Amino acid sequence: MSIQAAEPVIELKNLVKKYGDFTAVDFLTLGIYPGEIFGLLGPNGAGKTTTILMMLGLTEPTSGSVKVCGIDSTRNPMQVKRKVGYMPDDVGFYEDRTAFDNLIYTARLNRIPEAEARQRAHLMLERVGLTEASGKKVGAFSRGMRQRLGLADVLIKKPDVIILDEPTLGIDPEGVRELLALIRDLSRTEGLTVLLSSHHLHQVQQICDRVGLFVRGKLIASGDIESLSRQLDGAPTHQVELDVVPASEALETALRELEGVTAVSRKETDRLAAIDAGAQTPVTLVVTSETELTAELANAVIRQDARLLGLRPHRYGLDDIYHRYFEGGEARERVG
Amino acid sequence: MSAWADKLRMAIGGKRTAAAVERQRPTPPFWVMVQKEFGDHIRSWRFVILLAIVTLACIGSIYTAVTAIKAGATQADADVRFLFLSMFTISDGNLPNFLTFLSFLAPLIGIAIGFDSVNSERNKGTLSRVMSQPVHRDDFLNAKFVAGLLLIAVVVFSLGLLVMGMGLYTIGYPPTPEEFGRVVVTLLITTVYVGLWLNLSLLFSVKFKQAATSALAGIALWIFFLVFYSMIVNLIGNATAPGNLNDAAAVIGHSNWMQLLSRLSPAQLFQEAASTLLLPDVRTLNPFITQEQAYLAISAPLSFGQSTLLVWPHIVALIAETAVIFAASYVSFMRQEIRSRS
Repeated sequence: MSIQAAEPVIELKNLVKKYGDFTAVDFLTLGIYPGEIFGLLGPNGAGKTTTILMMLGLTEPTSGSVKVCGIDSTRNPMQVKRKVGYMPDDVGFYEDRTAFDNLIYTARLNRIPEAEARQRAHLMLERVGLTEASGKKVGAFSRGMRQRLGLADVLIKKPDVIILDEPTLGIDPEGVRELLALIRDLSRTEGLTVLLSSHHLHQVQQICDRVGLFVRGKLIASGDIESLSRQLDGAPTHQVELDVVPASEALETALRELEGVTAVSRKETDRLAAIDAGAQTPVTLVVTSETELTAELANAVIRQDARLLGLRPHRYGLDDIYHRYFEGGEARERVG
Repeated sequence: MSAWADKLRMAIGGKRTAAAVERQRPTPPFWVMVQKEFGDHIRSWRFVILLAIVTLACIGSIYTAVTAIKAGATQADADVRFLFLSMFTISDGNLPNFLTFLSFLAPLIGIAIGFDSVNSERNKGTLSRVMSQPVHRDDFLNAKFVAGLLLIAVVVFSLGLLVMGMGLYTIGYPPTPEEFGRVVVTLLITTVYVGLWLNLSLLFSVKFKQAATSALAGIALWIFFLVFYSMIVNLIGNATAPGNLNDAAAVIGHSNWMQLLSRLSPAQLFQEAASTLLLPDVRTLNPFITQEQAYLAISAPLSFGQSTLLVWPHIVALIAETAVIFAASYVSFMRQEIRSRS
């Protein structure tokens, strides 16, 4: 990848953080490169927030090193904090002050002169679509508005890197879409490096260039979505969904007998619907195979005199990757 | 009229350009925080309520002092030298005097200003946002303290000056420079004393996650020092009193110990310091004086310098206690991990 040629903006080396006996972050090594959007994924309590706090120098690592923009975060947190914008999860504002006042305050904490701070605050509010609400007290803001204000708050200091901790938590789907589009747009137009943590995989999948899967303090896999799926699966598998009428046992057997098909199953919800409406309702069959068989599957359905209403080759989403890993992980644990 | 308005406008405009030039240099983040804190305090309901209580107390104490002075003026009173100071210390018996009010209410002001300063920001999630800006971590706590202390100074001094002004108006007897100095030093000590309680509530607000808990802890300690502490000291005093009253060394030693114990309480320190300054006739704070000392002493009030000298240890002790408490909250704040809303 071309972006990987540059020096990493965020560089973690053998990072360890222990709370007593509990290891929150366990020998984490990670590099994030300029201009990319990196998604840090993991379940709650995986150590994502702790890692982020160490990047900002708000928590000291037990061992290992953190460098942001080439500066050691543990030793020089002030310089790092000047270059990094951080939006905590569930970002808080002074609720009895207006959105505009809150932004001005942040700007002035960054030593931006007041006149310029005003100018930038207007600009940022416009950018995140809150111009009309700028004079309102933040206490009256909805969750989505707060999150957008949080983004404006992060951007007002013109950072090189922005770190967003669970930015999409608790916002409605349309709000999430807008927020993610905004983040992507910012990253592309201003060349910002973005690190965002989440446990919401679909959303991360939409905008991230690379993803790191973070479980129990360890980075178990990283890369773009495709390479991640390869990394986790071992042998690649393919899934195709077929909507067929009518679905007969013969059809299923025929599909199962095709070269390379490992499993054929009906979707759960359709099984119920079929009982109500008889044989004429379409049924969705899920076919798992070792190789790419989409065309052969279609052929097989037609040869069986069934009508093919839909054909969807299934690309792996992070959900599946995630789920797969945990299935495997638990199994391994049980054996051990 | 319009010319005058123009002139005024020009003066304001001129000032504004000067201010604009000043604005080019950004204020350090610490002072930005102090400004914000100060503004927040002044706008809060809490401050309005406090001010109302304090104003009532002030009016009440003036009323009681003035009636007492009027009643006293009819009798032939020998000591009219410090009539102005008696505004602060005498009472007609219906209401407590100004000094008593002050020593009672001062801790409340401190507690009310500080009790939720750190934990509420933590709970609202603003602490982690502020800490991720390029500011030193201790600046946050220092700003809270400095803003609180500034506010306290403003309240205490305006209160004191208000009493002085109203007293001047009602009794029509101006203060001498010495009296004025005594009042100003007393107000300074009061500021330090309130600052001590502010620090204590800051410490609680760092330690306790819930604002209600820290407020309660502050109030409990306030009541403890105001009511129970002297009782406990008395109890200990009675229990450990030397059996032989003729053993002068033992009695004096015991009494010194008890005095030390009671002076650990900031309330006691403040009361002794303030009353010594406002009552120039107080010549010593030692309960033991020999007959020769009492007999031979000139019956005259102490000079301002000597009064100050007498309470100097008290002032130092108050400042030291404040510093120790601040250090405690500083250390515990610096050791805390800043996470959002936890």
